[in-house]
Amino acid sequence: MSDLTPNDSHANAPERLGYSPVADVPHALRMADTDPKAARRAERQIAGMFMLSMLLTIAFVVGYMTIDKTSIIYIPVFGDVGTSTFVLGLTLGAAIFLIGAGAIQWAKKLMPDVEVVQDRHDLASPASADQEALANYERGKSESGFARFKLIRRTLIGALVLFPIALLIPLRDLWTAPAGSPSPADLLSVTLWHDGLRIVTDPSLMPIKPEDLPIGGLVSAIPEDLEEVQELEGNMNARTKAAIILVRMDPSDIRAQQGDGWDYQGIVAYSKICTHVGCPTALYEQRTHHLLCPCHQSTFDLADAGNVVFGPAARRMPQLPIGVDEEGFLVARSDFAEPVGPSFWERG
Amino acid sequence: MSEASTIEKAGGGVATYVDQRVGSNKFLARNLGKVFPDHWSFMLGEIALYSFIVVLITGTFLTFFYKPSMIEVVYDGSYVPLKGILMSEAYASSLDISFDIRGGLLIRQMHHWAALIFIAAMAVHMFRVFFTGAFRKPREFNWLIGVVLVTLGLIAGFSGYSLPDDLLSGTGLQITRGIAQAVPIIGTWATFLIFDGQFPGNDFISRLYSVHILLVPGLILALVTVHLMLVWTQKHTQFPGPGRTNENVVGYPLMPVYMAKAGGFFFIVFGIIALIGGLVTINPIWIFGPFMPDQVSAGSQPDWYMGFLDGALRMMPNWETNLFDWWTISWNILIPAVIVPGILFTGLALYPFIEAWVTGDKKEHHLLDRPRNNPTRTGFGVMAITFYGLLWIGGGNDIIATSFDLTINSITWFLRIAIFVIPPIMFVVTRRICLGLQRRDRDKLLHGYESGRILRLPHGEFIEVHEPISIKDKAVIMSKTDITPLPAPERRDAAGVRNKRFHLQNVQHKLSGFFYAENIAKPSAAEIEAAEHHLAHEVALEAPLHAYEDADQIDTFHGGVLHHPGMPQTNAEQMAERTQH
Repeated sequence: MSDLTPNDSHANAPERLGYSPVADVPHALRMADTDPKAARRAERQIAGMFMLSMLLTIAFVVGYMTIDKTSIIYIPVFGDVGTSTFVLGLTLGAAIFLIGAGAIQWAKKLMPDVEVVQDRHDLASPASADQEALANYERGKSESGFARFKLIRRTLIGALVLFPIALLIPLRDLWTAPAGSPSPADLLSVTLWHDGLRIVTDPSLMPIKPEDLPIGGLVSAIPEDLEEVQELEGNMNARTKAAIILVRMDPSDIRAQQGDGWDYQGIVAYSKICTHVGCPTALYEQRTHHLLCPCHQSTFDLADAGNVVFGPAARRMPQLPIGVDEEGFLVARSDFAEPVGPSFWERG
Repeated sequence: MSEASTIEKAGGGVATYVDQRVGSNKFLARNLGKVFPDHWSFMLGEIALYSFIVVLITGTFLTFFYKPSMIEVVYDGSYVPLKGILMSEAYASSLDISFDIRGGLLIRQMHHWAALIFIAAMAVHMFRVFFTGAFRKPREFNWLIGVVLVTLGLIAGFSGYSLPDDLLSGTGLQITRGIAQAVPIIGTWATFLIFDGQFPGNDFISRLYSVHILLVPGLILALVTVHLMLVWTQKHTQFPGPGRTNENVVGYPLMPVYMAKAGGFFFIVFGIIALIGGLVTINPIWIFGPFMPDQVSAGSQPDWYMGFLDGALRMMPNWETNLFDWWTISWNILIPAVIVPGILFTGLALYPFIEAWVTGDKKEHHLLDRPRNNPTRTGFGVMAITFYGLLWIGGGNDIIATSFDLTINSITWFLRIAIFVIPPIMFVVTRRICLGLQRRDRDKLLHGYESGRILRLPHGEFIEVHEPISIKDKAVIMSKTDITPLPAPERRDAAGVRNKRFHLQNVQHKLSGFFYAENIAKPSAAEIEAAEHHLAHEVALEAPLHAYEDADQIDTFHGGVLHHPGMPQTNAEQMAERTQH
């Protein structure tokens, strides 16, 4: 008898019923062990579950074919839910659940519930195996001459170490720099904004006159040519850097700015992208002039040069110098003076 | 032996055919009767396995309909509020799965729920393994595989969460990009390689897709296979109990009981996930709208398992270092998002080896520890969970602030201090509780349990009768192994040669004392014998009462002593009778 065969095999279980083979512990008999009626009842119960499962699977198929995918049903507690999802989930879930419930019921009621004992065996190999393995290793070593042929050994190791580089190198072109090969840091440091570029509202793309913006007002804005650039590049990269918010406050409330006269009659423009990890800052508190990032609650004081007043952001919100063009619409007067968005190594 | 049915004969034929080609009957002979111990907590790992299978099944379905593309299309599906809106194909196809493919939403929600359950089950399974010391020799490899599996589970979850390309998932990606960019030296370049340039780029969704459906699940599948093979060959650990030793396995055989129970449990887990997926909405992507890098919704919350990272980011002070005005080190991101999780997971991976070194223990352990019997380990575990929990609370600080009318500032400052103060307190408290429970165990062995029956002795003394504990309880308590802390090393040996490893051994000795010096020793055999004797005596005091119990009903009370008809009337008579016994 191998040590994997149960010491007290299940074949003997009936004689042991009523007593655990493991130790001197009394073992209670189940109804189904002693009463044939109870056993038959359990059998019917289990078969009933499997039967119900079959019916539910059929119900699933019927539900799939007949229920309109747009119909909505009101279910207490769950509220208005899609009828199809609700019915399919209920029938599928119950059909699968009942298979499991039946199987476990079977195990609990009708299969032997007497524990059996098996011995563990040593995990470590016997000494004879150790020696055989070692002998084989030594034979292989001497036959191949791995120890003798130093040159072969070293060049092989060298080749094996080097070749994966050839598999990794092509990953370099996961990104190719655009024309003029700017570095990532260069690209992160510029935005679409330049002198004279009109500021338009997002998403209605209307140019803004200073008088349109009341004191305390806030507008999300983008460069006039952003849509064009997005179309051309086929992505939203430019938007990620160029999005700004315009806020108008009483000029006497402005305590500091990042440059002299970067506001226009109390209208200040700040980047919308948080300097922490780059979430859009969307919550502005008019009374305190605080701008809050909803992701990690970095708070910037727009009346005080966009400095950080609370939260994990380390750098102030970059300010965009603005003015008006000859038609009286708000324009940028240059790009941001510092990179927008999260910090990066080369930023300094 | 009963007559084989036609199906059985056919099955036997197949078994023989296969066996002649792969030798499978040797495996079946060995393993059909393999015994698995039973305990509810062993189901936690099963839940993880089964929910992973559900993730694979539902995920395969989703791949047939999902389009991993960031090309902009105009939505024209059945969800009216978004009709005519420009969005990525990824988002549009996710909406189609939710509204236009019958059963699509059910499968998508099952996939999401199963993923959440998968990670939660792995975490709780890990707690069980940790607190019972199941990671000890010979199971260190499986612990390491488990730590990698949890990590891969987080990556799998997060990468999947980002695929629908809705506003919420895009915000998560934006944060990921901010974190990647904060890594010193290589961060900026790495971010550009990952996103094919600047965020969000044109390619990220398709790249993430191959990570989510091939790379990570492939690794998980491979590691899960090894994990289970190791469980199989090493045999499952078991909780202490009567007849259970370090050298045996007590439980039910694979065929039929365990097959029915474990197989049935798979269907239970599967069924429950399908029910939840059909009844409980998760991640209603249609509410958030397509991703725009300059839009965000307030109260953005990641899936639960990412909450601790988000919380760490939220509570970190805004430290940043500028090196020579040339380079930037963003401690405010590196510490919470890279260093702290790095320490947490490295510590987790190394713990079995640290404990084995401290204990100097090289034995195999197949009998599980009760958490109380290793107070320092249990204390560490509770400390780590508390630390994690506080970070997790931090992740919900905005929700907590609005729900309980607190300020974000006060919550953040509370957490910044609590993260250093509360985990050590929890360590000490847990350790004390464990030691208290050990004392209680010793007490139960030596003095039995309190029966709740008060007995007045003839000379007027009141005692509470203690009864010996059950065989089961006794076996469980006696399973504890007493560990002696390692002795202090010698600076020089007897021959006067300097001990070169003195300092290392001294650290080991001190840590070992920290782990085990306060443990309560198990009573010796002599003590137990004496105690049993004493207990028997106490129970014997009650014997006269039992002797009359069946005789007649109790109808009178005399002087506070229970009186039965025919019972000795006076104390003197009682004493006289008892001395006769």
